[in-house]
Amino acid sequence: MNEKVQPTGRAATSAPSPRRRFLKDAAGVAGGAGLLALGAGMYAKQASALPATAIRPPGALPEDDFLAACVRCGLCVRDCPYKTLKLAELGDGVATGTPYFEARDIPCEMCEDIPCVVACPTGALDRALTDIGKARMGLAVLIDQENCLNFLGLRCDVCYRVCPVIDKAITLERIHNPRSDRHAMLLPTVHSEHCTGCGKCEKACVLPGESAIKVLPIRLAQGSKAEHYLRGWEEKEAAGKSLIGDQVELPVRGLEDKAYGDTRVGPGESPQVPDYKPAQPAGGGLDSGWKP
Amino acid sequence: MSAQTTTGGVAERKVPPTSVRGAAMRGVVARPGQEAVEAKGWLRAHKWLLLRRASQLGILALFLLGPWFGWWIVKGNLSSSLTLGVLPLTDPFLIVQQLAAGHWPYREALLGGGIVLAFYLLFGGRLFCSWVCPVNLVTDAAAWLRRRLGLKGGKAPAGSTRYWLLGFVLVIAAATGALAWEWVNPVSMFHRGLIFGFGLAWGIVGGIFFYDLLIAPRGWCGHLCPQGAFYALLGRASVVRVSAARRSACNDCMDCFAVCPEPQVIRPALKGVGQDHPLILDADCTTCGRCVDVCGKDVFRITTRFNRSES
Ligand code: SF4
Ligand code: SF4
Ligand code: SF4
Ligand code: SF4
Ligand code: SF4
Repeated sequence: MNEKVQPTGRAATSAPSPRRRFLKDAAGVAGGAGLLALGAGMYAKQASALPATAIRPPGALPEDDFLAACVRCGLCVRDCPYKTLKLAELGDGVATGTPYFEARDIPCEMCEDIPCVVACPTGALDRALTDIGKARMGLAVLIDQENCLNFLGLRCDVCYRVCPVIDKAITLERIHNPRSDRHAMLLPTVHSEHCTGCGKCEKACVLPGESAIKVLPIRLAQGSKAEHYLRGWEEKEAAGKSLIGDQVELPVRGLEDKAYGDTRVGPGESPQVPDYKPAQPAGGGLDSGWKP
Repeated sequence: MSAQTTTGGVAERKVPPTSVRGAAMRGVVARPGQEAVEAKGWLRAHKWLLLRRASQLGILALFLLGPWFGWWIVKGNLSSSLTLGVLPLTDPFLIVQQLAAGHWPYREALLGGGIVLAFYLLFGGRLFCSWVCPVNLVTDAAAWLRRRLGLKGGKAPAGSTRYWLLGFVLVIAAATGALAWEWVNPVSMFHRGLIFGFGLAWGIVGGIFFYDLLIAPRGWCGHLCPQGAFYALLGRASVVRVSAARRSACNDCMDCFAVCPEPQVIRPALKGVGQDHPLILDADCTTCGRCVDVCGKDVFRITTRFNRSES
C-alpha cells in the first residue's frame, strides 16, 4: 500500500513556474470556498420565508432587518414568563435559531414591562417599543366565516371577550341576520389600528382544531390601501364640508317625512299600499311565518 | 512504508519517516502517547486533555443548569449570553457578521463582544476552539476513531480554504443583508441545539463527524470552519503559546504530529524550519496542549510568546 499522498502538491515538479502554480491553487481554493458560501447564502435566502403561523416577538424589526440583527441567542425566550417564545429548530420551517411563537399554541400575554424586548442585547427587538399596546406582531383576521359560531348566528363571543384590547381591537358589529330575518348577528370584527397581534383570540377560539380567527403577519392580513380612491366621508371630515358641494335631494315617494337616504321602515310603518295583505300559507292557521 | 501499519508498535516507530509533514498528514501513529503514558503515567500524559474537556463540558453545564434545573447562572448560548444577570458576552464573530449585514447592535452586544474579543486577542484566539467550542468534541472524536481504525488517506481541502470562506461569509452577509452563515453554522447550531433543542441539526453535526472520519482527516476544524479561522486571526499576537523548549530531546517518535489538530504548525518550532526560537507562533495552533501530553520526552510546554528560552 504505497499510495501517493502528496502533501499539498507544492513539491518541485517540472511545472511552469511555482508562482503560477500557487495562483492556480489559490484560485481553486477561493473558488471552492466561494461556492460553499454561495450555497449557504442561497439556502439562507430560500429558507427565510416565514410561515404564516409563525409570529415574531413584540418589537421585532421588520423581517429583513430582523434577520440581520438577531444572533439567535434565545435571551428573549428565556425572559418570557409564559414560555410563549421559542427558538426555531432546524426543520421547523422558520429561520433556524430565531425566536417566534405560534398563537394557537401559546399566545403572547402582552406583559406590561415587555421583558422579551428588554432582554434582547442586539436590538433585533426594538427598545423603542415601551407600550405593549403599540406592538404589531401580526394582525388577527376572522378567516373562516363559515364556521365561526357568531357568523352562524350564535353568541360565542369568546375571541372578543379574551382580547386584552377588547372593544378596540375587536368589536362585535351588529347586523341583521338575513337567514332568520328577525335576529341579529354579532360579528367579531378586528381593527388594525388597535390589534397587537398577541394571538389571545386565536388561542381561545372555541372551535376544535383550527381556529376561525387567526393572527397573520401583517403583510398577509392586510391589503394595501387604494391611494387613488378618496374616501368621501374622510375627506369631508378633514375639510369640514363636502368637497362636492351640497347634493340635490329629491323626495322618495312614501318616505317624504324621512331624512334623505334613510330607507328604513319602522314597525307599523309599512308603505301605504291600499289593500295590502301579507301572504297567507295554504291551510293557514298555525304558521307563524318564522323561517329558520 | 512500514510506519503506516495500523498496529504501528514501538519498534516500528524507531524508524523516522522521511517527510515529517507527510508522515504526520498520513497519521502514522494509531495510539500516540503510549510512550508518554509509560514515561509520565496516564494522568500526566492526559493532563491538558482532561483540563480541556473539563472546560468544554463545564461551560456547557453552566448553560444547561438553567433549562435543566432552573439555576439561571448563565442565560442564552455562545452566540450571546448573560451571566448572573450582569455580564453580557457576545461572540465577536456574530457581531462582525451583523456589521457586514448592516446592523449596528445595542451597547450590551457590543460590550459583550468587546470583552470576548479582548480575551481572545490577549490569550489566544483558538483557545475558543480547543477550550470552549462543542464541535471540537465531535471532531476530536472523529480524529481519535480515525487513528484507531487506521483509516488512511482521504482528501481534505487546502488549509487556507477557511480563510477564504471567512471572507465569503462576510461578503454573503453583506449581499443578503442577513446573517446568512447562521443558517448553516454548525458551531452555533450545535451549542444552541444542546440548550434549546435540536430539530434536524443533529444531521449537520453527524455530517461533520463522518466528513472528518471518512472523507477528510481533520477536515472541518482544520480546513473549513470559518469561525475557527476568525478566532485564529484574533490570536495572531496573543500571549499564551506552546513552545518546543526541550526540542533537543526529541526522538522523532511523531506522536505530537499524529495527535495535533494542526500538525503543520509544529515543524517550524520543533525542527527549527524558518525560525530559530522554539515557539509555535502559527495562529492556527489551538493551544490544546495535546502535544505537551503525548510527548514522552517532555519537549513541549505552554508558556508565553516572550519566552524564547530553550532548555
Ligand atoms: S410580551 Fe410577555 S408574553 Fe409576550 S412574548 Fe414578550 S415576554 Fe412573552
Ligand atoms: S434576544 Fe434578540 S438576538 Fe437574542 S434571540 Fe431574541 S431577538 Fe434574537
Ligand atoms: S390578536 Fe386578537 S386578542 Fe390580540 S389584540 Fe388582536 S384581536 Fe385582540
Ligand atoms: S371564538 Fe371562534 S367561533 Fe367564537 S366568535 Fe370567535 S372566532 Fe367565532
Ligand atoms: S474550528 Fe470551528 S468547529 Fe472547530 S473547534 Fe474551532 S470554532 Fe469549533
